[in-house]
Amino acid sequence: MEAVWAGFAGPYRFHNSEVEMKTMIRAAVMSLLCMTLITGVIYPLVVTGIAQVIFPAQANGSLITQSGAPVGSALIGQAFDDPKYFWGRLSATGPVPYTAFNPDTLTGSSGSNLGPFSPALKAAALTRLEALRNADPGNAAPVPVDLITASASGLDPQISPEAAAYQVARVARARGLNSSQVAELVRQYTEGRTLGLLGEPRVNVLRLNLALDGLR
Amino acid sequence: MTANGLLQIALFLALLLALVKPLGAYMAHVYEGRVRFLAPVERLFYRLMGVNPAAPMSWKTYAAAMLLFNLLGLFVVYALQRAQALLPLNPQQLGAVGPELAWNTAVSFATNTNWQSYSGEVTLSAFTQMLGLTVQNFVSAASGMAVLIALVRGLRGRQTSDLGNFWTDLTRGVLYILLPLSLVLALALVSQGVVQTFAPAARVPLLQPVTGANGAALTEQVLPLGPAASQIAIKQLGTNGGGYFNVNSAHPFENPTPLSNLLEVLAILAIATALCYTFGRMIGDTRQGWAVLAAMTIIFVPLVLVTFAAEQAGTPMLTALGVAPGGGNMEGKEVRIGIASSALWAAATTAASNGSVNSMHDSFTPIGGMVPMWLIQLGEVIYGGVGSGLYGMLVFAIIAVFVAGLMVGRTPEYLGKKIEAFEIKMASLVILIPPVLVLLGTAVAVLVPEGLSSILTTRSPAAHGFSEVLYAFSSAGNNNGSAFAGLNANTPFYNIALGIVMLFGRFGLAVPVLAIAGSMAAKKVTPAGAGTLPTHTPLFIVMLVSVVVIVGALTFIPALALGPVVEALIP
Repeated sequence: MEAVWAGFAGPYRFHNSEVEMKTMIRAAVMSLLCMTLITGVIYPLVVTGIAQVIFPAQANGSLITQSGAPVGSALIGQAFDDPKYFWGRLSATGPVPYTAFNPDTLTGSSGSNLGPFSPALKAAALTRLEALRNADPGNAAPVPVDLITASASGLDPQISPEAAAYQVARVARARGLNSSQVAELVRQYTEGRTLGLLGEPRVNVLRLNLALDGLR
Repeated sequence: MTANGLLQIALFLALLLALVKPLGAYMAHVYEGRVRFLAPVERLFYRLMGVNPAAPMSWKTYAAAMLLFNLLGLFVVYALQRAQALLPLNPQQLGAVGPELAWNTAVSFATNTNWQSYSGEVTLSAFTQMLGLTVQNFVSAASGMAVLIALVRGLRGRQTSDLGNFWTDLTRGVLYILLPLSLVLALALVSQGVVQTFAPAARVPLLQPVTGANGAALTEQVLPLGPAASQIAIKQLGTNGGGYFNVNSAHPFENPTPLSNLLEVLAILAIATALCYTFGRMIGDTRQGWAVLAAMTIIFVPLVLVTFAAEQAGTPMLTALGVAPGGGNMEGKEVRIGIASSALWAAATTAASNGSVNSMHDSFTPIGGMVPMWLIQLGEVIYGGVGSGLYGMLVFAIIAVFVAGLMVGRTPEYLGKKIEAFEIKMASLVILIPPVLVLLGTAVAVLVPEGLSSILTTRSPAAHGFSEVLYAFSSAGNNNGSAFAGLNANTPFYNIALGIVMLFGRFGLAVPVLAIAGSMAAKKVTPAGAGTLPTHTPLFIVMLVSVVVIVGALTFIPALALGPVVEALIP
């Protein structure tokens, strides 16, 4: 075993240990201070300054406003279970779904983190499945998987176009609208892949529901 | 697997490889001291630090400086968390962080791991995140890169003890590489919707009020904001991985669009891959760098595809409920990101010691989740952390030439230097320390009640619970930071144990690597003879891949068999 350590040649030795140690401590302390100043203060302040000037809407949470007042964020989903609204992903946040931040319980974004064979995962999927069927008993179409699974963030603002299509008849009926009218609105609010390639096609649930309320 | 998914993965690889040469060459210029556009700032820093930027350091001095600097950083992050209630920029009035959690987080960020037992938006103030975590994201990454550059100088040195100067390498890495890239990336991310503000949380009405926990109607949603983009840029580029929000880059404020997703996943691997070229450039033979990069890529690509295929196939449990076919396993994934980009990210973040996530690895299919775990267990050398990945891979290269030398009965050589007993002993330490930490840690955790009680058995069947613990120690011991997050890791046992594992997993490797650098620097260069094994050929690439895969497989197959393999076979 000694041979392994032979290369280390015993304890650390300085030519003039006291002076070198002092030099090194000063270098460590001052470099951490310098780095803190430039990466911990100047850098975030500069990014914030530029961001607030050139991308103010995005930097402040991409809020959707109607007649000047915020009505939600385009990026953060909300919970819906009323048949007249489109429903989004399941959400595992606490204490209620789609909690982005709760100052009292100190909870926020969260996935379910349930394993692929977890009974709790199955139970959550079955509950949602039952709710979907109860709200729309005549619908025999297979349910798109994103409607019965929880998103990673618990705040997913979007669903797949298939998941929206699955709900069109229900929403139309609950609102006394024509199915084709609702389907047309879904089409309008469907975003394709970026550059036709990146990510997945999707529908923003809150935007779609706001538009539905605006139809009247 | 879908055609579009394969195309997304192919585009990612093409962009990543296209960045290698320009970025790698630039970084070589930086470390050779030829990039000087911030020279006045640099000079001011050196004056304040009281160092001569050209002063040579032996490996021991270099190691001492690196350790001292990182331990000081650890102490500061600990202190900031304990005192955050008294400090400014705390609009949500978050209280002091408890001692075990503060220790875990301080070690985690100083070691470039960014394991997060806490959830960001509800635990840490903007002040702590900026002055503590963001700073460590920069300097822990720059420290890893510095150790690599010292190793490269050792490999090319001729009978010298000079490995360069740690303070200079640290400063230049931050000023000329990490800071400019982060600034550009942060602004690009803000343009996509990543938040960047010092305003307190925003409040918006709910379109459909929901019933709150206490039965009262809830009509408002609180949206946490903060200087997120600036931290996210460096968490990706520096292979740190610590998110601003709890769910990391799955949070729509942290990764809002498919384009932000592409930029972030590219940033995970960009510097680590480009450093292979930097290495080749600095030793004067770029073929050596390309060979190492090729070996990494040969391991990476098939593993990406395995995860993608497993996740696209979905889980038998949900399929049995009669869902529409073709949707894949969407539990713990975001719609805008989808299956292919989630699988790609999972492989990239664990190939690199990044650990940021855009989907929840705990909810992956058994095989889909085993791949990220095994990529971590390979020692974070498939690209790996910035600096640390390549220095780990170069140690594997030394082992590969040693094995080849044993086969033909010749003294092994790497880059013209004889590999002798001391280098092999140090290399063995580098290769053995992480598995020992991972396997011993996991064994202890599943034997003591403090470890077992964190497995939420009502939520996870037994084999899955074991996977969660194995993943946690693999992640900590190899400084990755991602998790099978169903494990309740915010307990004194896990906070203390994982903290210890992270500390040794980082510095227990960096110091022997510097010892190898010092020993190699002192050697003579022997001219290549007819019997020398060239280390830039396909033959050597195959040898290197074999050594990495065989060591990783032999070490971890028994443990993996108890977790994901059992789960895949007997659900």
